[in-house]
Amino acid sequence: MAMSVFRFARRTWASADLEQIAPVPLPKMATPAVVLSSLVVVALLLFVSIGPLVWGQDPSQQWLSQISAGPSGPHSVRLIRDNGPWQPPVSEPPQSLVVHDANTEFVRLQWPQIEGVRRYRIYRASAHKAGLGLAIAETDKAYYQDQLQLSYQIYRYTIADADSGLLLLAREVRPEAAISLFEAQLQGLVPVGKSGRQAKWLEMPGHPLGTDALGRDILARLMAGGRTSLFVGVVAPLLYISFGCIFGAIAGLAGGWVDQVAMRFVDFVVALPFLLFMILFRVAFGIGPGENGIMPLIVAMLMLSWPGSARLIRGQVLALRGQAFVEAAKLAGVSTSRVILRHMLPNVLPMILVAFSFAIPQAIFTEAFLSFIGMGVSPPTTSWGALCNDGIKTLLSHPRQLLLPALFISVSVLAFNLLGDALRDATDRRAGVAKA
Amino acid sequence: MLKFIAKRLLSGAITIWFIATATFFAMHAVPGDPLTQEKAMSPAVRAQLEARYGLDKPLIEQYQLFLGNMLQGDFGISFTQENRKVNDIISKHFPISAILGLAAVLIALVGGVAAGTVAAYYRNRWPDRLVMIGVIAAISVPGFVIAGLAQLIIVAMNNAAGKTLLPVAGWGSVNHIWVPALVLGLGTMAYLSRIMRASMLEVLNADFNTAAKAKGVHGLRLFWHHQLRNAVLPVVTELGPTIAGVTTGGFVVELIFAIPGLGRYFVQAVQQLDYTVIMGTTVFYGAFLVLVVVLVDISYGLIDPRIRLHGGGGR
Amino acid sequence: MCFLLLVAGQAWTQAVDADKAKVTLALATEPPTLNSAVATDTIASFILAHLMEGLLVYGPDGELAPGVALRWQLDADGAHFWLRDDARWSDGKPVTAHDFVFAWRHALNPKTASQYAFIFYPIKNAEAVNEGKLAPSELGVRAISDTELKVEFGSPCPYFLSLTAFMTFLPLREDVLAQWGGRYAADADKLTVNGPYLLTKWVHGAHLQLRKNPQYWHSASVRINEIDMPYITADPSSQFNLFRDQQIAMAPLDTGLLNEAVKRGFDIEYFHTGSLYFLEFNFREGRITANRAFRKAVQRLIDPAVLVNKIIGLPGIQPAYSLFPVTVKGLKRSFREEYPVLRVDPDIAAARAYIRKAKAELGISEIPPLMLLAGDSPRALQEAEYYQYLFKNGLGIELRIDQQVFKQRLEKMRRGDFDLVSAAWGPDYDDIMTFADLFASWNDNNRGRYNNALYDRWIRVAQNSNDPRTRFNAMAQIQRIVVDDVPILPTYENGALYVQNPRLRGVRRNIFGGDPLFRYAWIER
Repeated sequence: MAMSVFRFARRTWASADLEQIAPVPLPKMATPAVVLSSLVVVALLLFVSIGPLVWGQDPSQQWLSQISAGPSGPHSVRLIRDNGPWQPPVSEPPQSLVVHDANTEFVRLQWPQIEGVRRYRIYRASAHKAGLGLAIAETDKAYYQDQLQLSYQIYRYTIADADSGLLLLAREVRPEAAISLFEAQLQGLVPVGKSGRQAKWLEMPGHPLGTDALGRDILARLMAGGRTSLFVGVVAPLLYISFGCIFGAIAGLAGGWVDQVAMRFVDFVVALPFLLFMILFRVAFGIGPGENGIMPLIVAMLMLSWPGSARLIRGQVLALRGQAFVEAAKLAGVSTSRVILRHMLPNVLPMILVAFSFAIPQAIFTEAFLSFIGMGVSPPTTSWGALCNDGIKTLLSHPRQLLLPALFISVSVLAFNLLGDALRDATDRRAGVAKA
Repeated sequence: MLKFIAKRLLSGAITIWFIATATFFAMHAVPGDPLTQEKAMSPAVRAQLEARYGLDKPLIEQYQLFLGNMLQGDFGISFTQENRKVNDIISKHFPISAILGLAAVLIALVGGVAAGTVAAYYRNRWPDRLVMIGVIAAISVPGFVIAGLAQLIIVAMNNAAGKTLLPVAGWGSVNHIWVPALVLGLGTMAYLSRIMRASMLEVLNADFNTAAKAKGVHGLRLFWHHQLRNAVLPVVTELGPTIAGVTTGGFVVELIFAIPGLGRYFVQAVQQLDYTVIMGTTVFYGAFLVLVVVLVDISYGLIDPRIRLHGGGGR
Repeated sequence: MCFLLLVAGQAWTQAVDADKAKVTLALATEPPTLNSAVATDTIASFILAHLMEGLLVYGPDGELAPGVALRWQLDADGAHFWLRDDARWSDGKPVTAHDFVFAWRHALNPKTASQYAFIFYPIKNAEAVNEGKLAPSELGVRAISDTELKVEFGSPCPYFLSLTAFMTFLPLREDVLAQWGGRYAADADKLTVNGPYLLTKWVHGAHLQLRKNPQYWHSASVRINEIDMPYITADPSSQFNLFRDQQIAMAPLDTGLLNEAVKRGFDIEYFHTGSLYFLEFNFREGRITANRAFRKAVQRLIDPAVLVNKIIGLPGIQPAYSLFPVTVKGLKRSFREEYPVLRVDPDIAAARAYIRKAKAELGISEIPPLMLLAGDSPRALQEAEYYQYLFKNGLGIELRIDQQVFKQRLEKMRRGDFDLVSAAWGPDYDDIMTFADLFASWNDNNRGRYNNALYDRWIRVAQNSNDPRTRFNAMAQIQRIVVDDVPILPTYENGALYVQNPRLRGVRRNIFGGDPLFRYAWIER
């Protein structure tokens, strides 16, 4: 749309002339914005490709002793052998609330039997926070073993009368970092089946970004998730926008009944219920042995998402077709393919780029939404979207688990947007050149 | 003009038939059926239920029955909302989705065009950057997060004020609309403002703009007749699918804000394989979309007289 | 969003209103139907518990108490009920024994297609009536007079009294049903009730409202005048936000909301829902999971305590080691107290030894990838991912997660399209048999098609006996078989966490008979 009838009016209608006017000079690509956003994209690509090699942690390894832990460095933990049911030793009852053992696998408490109390309620709170905290259990015995998601911090236990609510005893406890024998064996830190001497202390790797709700290293998961997200985010829009553009361009150029039929088909696809067909595709393609569900996702997105760009391009082509310079080029005997390549493509390219830069985050979110309803990638494969969905349910208690993947999505979205923008501006500069 | 509209409506009817047929067979291809329940059913009970809903007939016969009933505007009775007619569900709940969607589209359209225009006018200056940051923020956060955050903000606001400034959830008054509509329209607003910015830049750089200026057109007249009318075209093209997306895509917002819209029923129906509700809502939405697309085509023609209405632009 | 601040607000509504004795709540979903003969879901059960009254009801302490029936007599071969004469329907007509006879015959009529018809089967001829082999009038229940009801059993049913509090056993008015036909109970004005509350408003998908029923025979004892439910949303965060904003009096909690609720000092409560979660194995021809050594390996690998304490991490949810949750009643106390279950300790070395044994028995060198069918809730996925990791690291077996939405998962379970499936079972009636006969070879809910003659034999023993001791001894054998032969691997007994407005008191959380129950609740000033 950048050209108008004024320019042609000053010239004679010779094919050779048009060849000189119309060629689009190669846009100057190396603007700072392009460089910057390219660097970010490259950095993201490196992060997801080289990152896992450097970092070396398995994104699906679950450290049950470190569920939803904060950032930590390498540290050593005590190996715990007996974490089954527990009863206090039969000796004289304690005078106050005593701690028999305290580590991150279990905290064993015993208190004197208090007369008139039928049931005890045990509260647990972080020592640095006010209040009773969470009522973790009720019991009619004067002892309790707490195993409920203990982490390496100071706790305050309060024993209360469950019926009257009267507070009886309280005490602060600092559990020692520990790992159970079962888990140590599962992780391969301790050989299985060999009785006898085992190390008392074990070295644990650090988690600079903490762990998620299953004790998995968040950094490793961000790397693994990014691989899926970027792949789906770029490949799916690339496929469906290309398809949509070709479809829309054919419709717009051919016009007449071809256009009519094509556009009705677009209406038809647009009106298809997305969710139902996603479920259907997912069921139809299935997930075979060892598959991760990425291909069905891309195919389903391709089949359902292209009409938007088809409409856009058709609209543009229709608008351009009516414009004088295109007609002039046609009159001057320029071949159709040349008109398309030289005259129309440069005019619609900015639109396509804008659409593309928006399609990437959309694709990333479509993937996330589908993961949300159980139609996305299948575990252990993960993606940023799936990580967001994992993190959203712990938003209030562990915001990191949602914010980190969301941050990566935002950064990549930003980078692709800037890149698209910069490319658009660069192609747009042609207008300025032509005008001069 | 009339001929054009009639033609479009006819092809719209064909589209609806296509959709209905595709959905019908797709739906029946998914394993399970609406009668599947948590607890196993005795064969006798199952046979009774199948007979009641006509599921005991061969598929092709069910299809013929469905088409016949559809032509009479009857979609039958819901499987999961027992005793409720599908028509009743649609007529009760679609207006709610429509109001919400319309409010969202309006907010998105006004906000998007305004933001896009401002950004283009102040290209590469701070208002432009601000708009672009807003756009990126709006599209970088998933809808369900934005909805949840918005709700948290309302709660915090209400708690701070000590009274209900805005309802946290529910439906029934004008105040219930604002926040869900804004949340629902935010992504669209961002999208439209991007498109608007791009096309406004094109217009500002275009020769006819320069020419108009040279002719002495300026101020609001220049903006209204020359710039906005041309720049808004791509936005209008996007509007059809957008309205579709917003009215049908409000599921998450409807869920989180406890709004009894049709989107919620539809997604529920798909997950529960409620055949009659799926068919009813699909055909209804299809018809709605076809209508919207026809209207958009007409308005496109009105705004841009370069496109002739008959034959959709063919010469 | 500052412009929003300018919008004028409405009155600050309260979650609980002591002056009006009004409670405001949010519903997770809308009840699909309020027709007691065909309703199956918990929401309908909750609403119906307030609208209707059966022969017996659950009292303020969860005990069985007189409802429409004033007194009763339970024998080995039947039951006899004497109804009160002051029980009224909401239109003023008396509630008679005929209303019960009609309701039960109606529910068993094959044309009604009630999914809970099976619950009547201990009554004489019930199964034959339900299958259409006998006329509904042949059902072993009759009204001797307007206030006397006699039930004949076809098989022993020592738990029959608790059944009479179940929603399918509620009375129905023949004339009202005839008047509305298929539209019965589809709207607020299309049903007649006999319970403590009236349904005064039902805006579909949006709003239900219950108000005290002046016709109820004991309406003087009902202290809450109005239960308003103007929100319908299944999103726990949304409900929690409504609670924080003091719009509703109760809200469920999940893992993500728990810490926030603690931080704000809310009253956090929990109760045992009585349901059991477990991993079910597929015993169909050719499945690896049909091999006992393989199942024993899984049993030594998966520790319910780790799952509950580390993965789920919510108080109130308990590790499960038995087919019978601790809420199942025994002779005098809980069945589990009277018949403790053997707890199998996790042991990777033992698990690996079992796998070697399984491979040798099956004659394969490698266990092929197995399919774990899982639900689509976040917790189900997390659980599945945990098992996947355990299987890979502990046994070297690849477990593929097949995550499916509700109906598709049920269909796949029915077809047997899985190796393992994480499933759950909630009790239908207050007797141990609701869990026990689940894995009898003839039970259609036995999705894995477990078939063990010994198991079946003990079930028959219990079903044909009226002696409690014989029944529970048989159940102890069943409990032992489940640990020994591992037809399923119990994982956890579910508990529900929720926050409640401290001024709202006396709300009953029930496993049976409608939950939560506001019939005995009140609001403190």
